Amino acid sequence: MKTGKSLFLFFQPIFSVILGLGIGLLITYAAGESPWNVFQIMVKSAFGSRYDLGMTLFYATPLIFTGLSVAVAFHAGLFNIGGEGQLEIGALATAAVGICFAGMPFPFAPILGVLGGILGGALWGAIPGWLRARRGSHEVINTIMLNFISAGLCSWVTLYVLKNPDSQNPETASIGVGYLIPQLKFFAEAPVSVAILLALLAAVLVWFLLWKTSLGFELRAVGQNEVAAKAAGIDVGKIRILAMVIAGGLAGLVGVSEVLGNAGRFKIGMSPGYGFMGIAVALLGRSRPLGVVASALLFGALHKGTSDLDFETENVTRDLSLILQATVILCVSADGLWSFFGNRLKNKHQIKKNLKGKLNFPVKTKSEAESSSTVTP
Amino acid sequence: MNPIVEFRGICKSFHGVKANADLHLQVKKGTIHAIVGENGAGKSTAMKILYGTYQPDSGEIYLDGKLWGGRMKPWSSPSDAIHCGIGMVHQHFMLGAPQTALENILLGVEPSPSWSSWLPFFLRPIDYQAARIKLNQISAQYGMKVDLDAKIENTSVGVQQRIEILKLLYRDANILILDEPTAVLTQQETEELFTNLRKLCQQGKTILIITHKLKEVMNLASRVTVFRRGRVVAERDIGRTSVEELATLMVGRKVNLQGAIPSQPKLGELALEVKNLSLDGHCSLRNLDLHVHGGEILGIAGVEGNGQTELLQALLHPKDQSLKGSLRLLGQDVSHFTADRIRSLCVGVIPEDRHREGLLLKKSVQENFLLGLQRRPPFYNKGLISTKKLTHEVRRIIDEYDIRPKSADVAVSTLSGGNQQKLIIAREFEFPPRFLIAAQPTRGVDVGAIESIHRRLLDARQKGCGILLISSELDEILALSDRILVMYEGKIVAEFQRGQVTEQVLGLRMGGASA
Amino acid sequence: MEILIPVFQIITSTFRVSTPLVFAALGGMMSERAGVINIALEGMMLMGAFGGAVVALTLHSSLYGALGAIAFSVGIAAIYGFFAIELRANQIVAGTAINMLAAGLTPFLSKVLYESSTSTPNLPLELRFQSSPVWVAWGLVILSWFWMKYTPSGLWIRFAGENPEALDSAGVRVKRVRWAAVLLSGLLAGLGGASLSIFLSSSFSRNMTAGRGFMALAALIFGKWKPIPTAAACLLFGFFDTLQIRLQGVVLWGTAPVPVQFIQILPYVVTIFVLAGVVGQSKAPKALGLPFIQD
Repeated sequence: MKTGKSLFLFFQPIFSVILGLGIGLLITYAAGESPWNVFQIMVKSAFGSRYDLGMTLFYATPLIFTGLSVAVAFHAGLFNIGGEGQLEIGALATAAVGICFAGMPFPFAPILGVLGGILGGALWGAIPGWLRARRGSHEVINTIMLNFISAGLCSWVTLYVLKNPDSQNPETASIGVGYLIPQLKFFAEAPVSVAILLALLAAVLVWFLLWKTSLGFELRAVGQNEVAAKAAGIDVGKIRILAMVIAGGLAGLVGVSEVLGNAGRFKIGMSPGYGFMGIAVALLGRSRPLGVVASALLFGALHKGTSDLDFETENVTRDLSLILQATVILCVSADGLWSFFGNRLKNKHQIKKNLKGKLNFPVKTKSEAESSSTVTP
Repeated sequence: MNPIVEFRGICKSFHGVKANADLHLQVKKGTIHAIVGENGAGKSTAMKILYGTYQPDSGEIYLDGKLWGGRMKPWSSPSDAIHCGIGMVHQHFMLGAPQTALENILLGVEPSPSWSSWLPFFLRPIDYQAARIKLNQISAQYGMKVDLDAKIENTSVGVQQRIEILKLLYRDANILILDEPTAVLTQQETEELFTNLRKLCQQGKTILIITHKLKEVMNLASRVTVFRRGRVVAERDIGRTSVEELATLMVGRKVNLQGAIPSQPKLGELALEVKNLSLDGHCSLRNLDLHVHGGEILGIAGVEGNGQTELLQALLHPKDQSLKGSLRLLGQDVSHFTADRIRSLCVGVIPEDRHREGLLLKKSVQENFLLGLQRRPPFYNKGLISTKKLTHEVRRIIDEYDIRPKSADVAVSTLSGGNQQKLIIAREFEFPPRFLIAAQPTRGVDVGAIESIHRRLLDARQKGCGILLISSELDEILALSDRILVMYEGKIVAEFQRGQVTEQVLGLRMGGASA
Repeated sequence: MEILIPVFQIITSTFRVSTPLVFAALGGMMSERAGVINIALEGMMLMGAFGGAVVALTLHSSLYGALGAIAFSVGIAAIYGFFAIELRANQIVAGTAINMLAAGLTPFLSKVLYESSTSTPNLPLELRFQSSPVWVAWGLVILSWFWMKYTPSGLWIRFAGENPEALDSAGVRVKRVRWAAVLLSGLLAGLGGASLSIFLSSSFSRNMTAGRGFMALAALIFGKWKPIPTAAACLLFGFFDTLQIRLQGVVLWGTAPVPVQFIQILPYVVTIFVLAGVVGQSKAPKALGLPFIQD
């Protein structure tokens, strides 16, 4: 019985994903498409060729970073909704480093860029961490607010400070040539760079940190029971700040894949919501590094898979991606989803059994009782 | 005459654990009926079934001879119970803190003026004036006054309880269930409550009171039912029983209220010295003086909520508190230390509320053992955790402390209270502490484990560890302490040596009575 | 006199611009006071804006448009309620998902209906509201204040967010109260969305709420979860918004125009400071975000 239960626990997220995808795809009926057809197009578009596979990996890379970011914060009992802002600031910092020290030669330049990204993201993560630890204000609202603030700041810096002089697009000037990181040639034209290896390394490091070090233990202890952690001599505030710094730094690494590995500059609107998708990725991956990598691949495939729908179908656009993500998150997030339907079945059973007894004594209804307890002066 | 409440063969289990088994119980109208039993004996569960919070697996309940719930009638909800005149004051008060007393009393039965009857009932304006008039009548009838406009968060526990009782009376409840009503009350508040309850009883209300304080039972009730392990083991008239008999029935064997008398303490150096300590809090500490030597157990007796929590906070997290006075621990001034630095002095802590302050409930036994030791060799090595040594050590302590089930990987939430407490003690004793703070060390722990925990504490004392024992169990205080201080409203009001005081005197002093 | 004209313009514009915020913030208040976090406000507004534009266009009536907005947003609020209340999903996660769903569904449906995923066709002026949403919004502020304080259901909502066990033991079904609150929240957020698409502008366009749902949430916190202070906070944020539009390209000092971005982010900065306790304390309902599990 015990193994059956754990087996169910293992497959439950997979069932949830399938259910979520199914519900999401059913919506395409409304557009007069066959969901099965749409699904086939998506699979082909995500895995059909080396290029397609490469694009899937390209989209998965930032999701690994943001997924890890949410996961680390989550283990410390914090909800990092601010991945979007942290990755923007991180990417902008990466670009800024690349523009300001454009002459830096190859092996040092990308390292500097990476450090810039980590630092930028970490700073943006430290703010809500500090606010939670020292002022007690909740990180969810603060990170949402910081997302908007970072959007404003990035737009200002991009348009006024680091503006690309040769273009009307909202983007910065390009970074030094030494900053561009090697591409993986296997995936044809797809911009898959060594950033994906960095992402995998980050996953390993996060695993090591959380489960092999004292610091990681303290972080998880704080997330599980803050009072007990404090009584055991753990500095809860420090751990909270540190967790958000790490989370921010991880999100800040998105710039490596987007700026150093692809665009060569920071563009406004570069992220199609990687920060928010990171929540789904972490959730689906149960905040385990391996799970995060796996679910990042799934969400990357979703993102790539829907991108061809615009011209492959009549009416279905790539917006389906958002819908599918939403339905998958909903189904995965629902704690009581499976037991809910289980209980419904059980209850029906019980009601039937009770009806067989056929005896129902009248109980006062709410409105009767209401009128009897009404006091009139 | 029919009994007003009658349980017939009620059974209820949670996740396969029997909370109530074949329960039979009869309560006479217009009496105060006490239900006594140890923690976890199933008293609260039975009453929550009567109130409709839980639905039993089988059995029937009759109210005044009529079927209230059972095989032939679906079980009722709390709202049905309220309409049938059953009311319950839960152990944890059901009050909204920022709301006023009046709003809390009215909740669910809001009166509305007659002109508004065309509106759906949930949109009719609340007629606060009518409610006040009715409440004033009730207050006058039973002599219970409260400030109806006071916000709950600004009232004392005693007043909150009065509000809870008024809530029931406002709903015209005839059967009042009170779950451990005196656990958080001072002696005076308890006296006042009892006076009120007697008055209610004279006016024809039936009162069911759950408690484990036997003297209160003798003082208040007319009949008593004893629960043990989910069953009714006896029912007695108060006139025909005694505290000793009830205690024996509750525990299931002859209770040795004395315990083995430990040898004379071998006093070591001064371990803890608190001078003139003041601290603002829920119950503020005022000019506290106390000291504990190595090899000595100092017992602090007192009803909960008389400053014990504040004292613990001051000792464990001095830096976070704005405390006045001096605090010396093991020869160092610690008044500005963090918990981390306090711990590094070899101080062990058995917390008041182990779920909240001592354990990571969802994590394994192994990880819980590590909590607080994660930076100490041999489990710590250059930032990393030595899993091998940890696993080995956990296996050893599971055997030594007889923690069941014998597995390092189960979540501690699945362990019984006693086994959880043993785990905490194993952890705190891993490196022999030089000073130990033990707060309510045997709360919610089964009898077998109590003896083993007491033995561990006495062993530590023998080895020269100074122990500050905070407990509201008089037996425990009397059995273990070399000296006893009584705490009342944030002050030390009495001091006794071992053997110089009886339970009666101690109880009186805890309730604030002067010598 | 001439100085007064821009002042007057700024005041009227502030009231107009803050109207969607007032609606949405009131909606947020309903669900949050009942203990259900409402990050999904943004998505509900977006659905409302879309539904409003579509129905107004099809039925040639702004009033029906408003009803359509309500239908759409209550629909998505029901999905949120089902997951947050019945299935006890994490409310922040579910709320984020609802926002994504709305952000994906609206252009998807727009494409199906009008062959364009960026915006719906323009509404003629006579199909748009002139000033009535402003009055309705402020009427609702007063009404909800009275309702919270003086009716049984208002009392239940407050208890559902503060001590749901107390409400349950008083015989009121907590889940029902929370359901009602979330649906009501959807209704109000839908009106907020409608006042974007058929009052302040003449069509629905992709992602047109642009964070107003979150701004309403910020106003709610700023206003300490109370109707009148919350509405006042909306007015303040609306004022920032007006200011930012007015100052676009205006050179106040030096040679460079005022960076509007700094005015745009002001409401968010203010909210962070408020939450940090620098500008008064704001205390959330105690049971906010905790699912109610019946024994």
